[in-house]
Amino acid sequence: MSVYDLLIAPFADFGFMRRALVGCVALSLSGAPIGVFLILRRMSLMGDVMAHAILPGAAIGFLLSGFSLFAMTTGGVIAGLLVALGAGAIARSTPLKEDASFAAFYLVSLGLGVLIVSMKGSNIDLLHVLFGNVLALDDAALILIASIATITLLALALVYRLLVAECFDPGFLKSVGGSGGLVHFLFLTLVVLNLVGGFNALGTLMVVGLIILPAASSSFWGETILGQIVAAAVIGILSSFVGLVLSYQADLPSSPAIILTAGAIHAGSILAGPRGSYLARAFRPRHLRG
Amino acid sequence: MSSDPAVRCSDVTLSYRRHPAVHHLSGSFAAGSFTAIAGPNGAGKSTLLKGIVGLIRPDAGTIALEGVRRSDIAYLPQQSALDRGFPMRVVELAAMGLWRRFGPFRRMGGAAMRDVEAALETVGLSGFEDRSVGSLSGGQFQRALFARLLLQDSRLILLDEPFTAIDARTTEVLLDLVCRWHREGRTVIAVLHDFDLVREYIPQTLLLAREQVAWGPTETVLTEENLARSRRMQEAFEDDAELCKRPAA
Repeated sequence: MSVYDLLIAPFADFGFMRRALVGCVALSLSGAPIGVFLILRRMSLMGDVMAHAILPGAAIGFLLSGFSLFAMTTGGVIAGLLVALGAGAIARSTPLKEDASFAAFYLVSLGLGVLIVSMKGSNIDLLHVLFGNVLALDDAALILIASIATITLLALALVYRLLVAECFDPGFLKSVGGSGGLVHFLFLTLVVLNLVGGFNALGTLMVVGLIILPAASSSFWGETILGQIVAAAVIGILSSFVGLVLSYQADLPSSPAIILTAGAIHAGSILAGPRGSYLARAFRPRHLRG
Repeated sequence: MSSDPAVRCSDVTLSYRRHPAVHHLSGSFAAGSFTAIAGPNGAGKSTLLKGIVGLIRPDAGTIALEGVRRSDIAYLPQQSALDRGFPMRVVELAAMGLWRRFGPFRRMGGAAMRDVEAALETVGLSGFEDRSVGSLSGGQFQRALFARLLLQDSRLILLDEPFTAIDARTTEVLLDLVCRWHREGRTVIAVLHDFDLVREYIPQTLLLAREQVAWGPTETVLTEENLARSRRMQEAFEDDAELCKRPAA
């Protein structure tokens, strides 16, 4: 089999493969900065929590109008924001820690979501919502993903300085009169939007992988936030491409193939990335580390 | 030019994580004064700074600022409160000090960047502009935070343990800078552990052990009697209190 047959032909020959790739590239581009900032804010598990949280909203949309992109997206966004706000409010007003509060919310959300989907649909439908169907992206889904990616990148560019200050030194931002709370909420909204955009392609559970895994790998490659974002985007796109090829050539389900590729790249980054990996540390004089 | 800023506390009670940490504090940091806040661990020193800068609201009483807006205070947090491995360049960290001039959105031009470079030179970090913050030693990281303070160009400067876990040479450079701020008539308040350093350099001291133990000229505040009293008061609050290092006689 030639290189062309292996890597290019699947995309040249089949429109659904091209659509899958375009969708994943858009997701990777906006998921990269979202993932990097989630990790910088020590909220990498929050991505998972929010992904579960949008499930009942999407499920209610599904219950009301079947596989309607609009209904499921709207439901997902509303449920995601409600959980983010509700869990945050409970953490602030009771002794319950924020992570425990979020955990409680998302576990209930997951149960509720699965229940609602099962009430109307079959197991196939449930699998579709949980794990997505990247090979069946229609125009509307692609436009949704591309729009969310555009909005995300523009919004992040606008509040970049605020967000960096809020991550590094929230006390400083507050002392100079900046509103950390507003930035935090805007960021959470973008997280929810990206998860909702991604669940049509990869499913509510798998989409988190395409956001967090490249970002977690990127700290082994980039020295600055911008460097890490670029690295995360490249890793995300590479994972999408290789994952889709694997899925096509070896007849594997596509979402797991993409996520596992990102996982393999993550393992490679830990072992041999240029910054702080096992290999990098083995070859760096000790005195250079503070 | 506004008058030099002063801070007046009247019957202030502040809580940290819902536990009262400073009780019924009354008194003033005079305009242009240089005051050390000293006392045992857990005495509420950092909490008081956070109260002044507005990160914590008093449960009771008021902290009034004169001659300065709260958002114009320059505040150095404890180094341990920050992520030293944050993926940011030194120049970006220092440039945060220009927030008042540029806010979150305006573009910083060449003139601003020259100011940043000058501040980094003052703290001895010339040539470190493009290094990542994570590659700095503890002392260098603190120097970068002082460059940020310099750029804030504030008349009221609050420092939380500025010389803790810092090498001697860096302490010398930064202390020199703080003394210069004092000579320029700025009001400086610093939380400090090292009583010898306080005795040698800092004219005023507030000795705190949840409540005010003594407040005034350093030589009248840092007496053996007052220090012993502050330790007793702190132990009364918590049985397992750790003591500050015993001051040299």
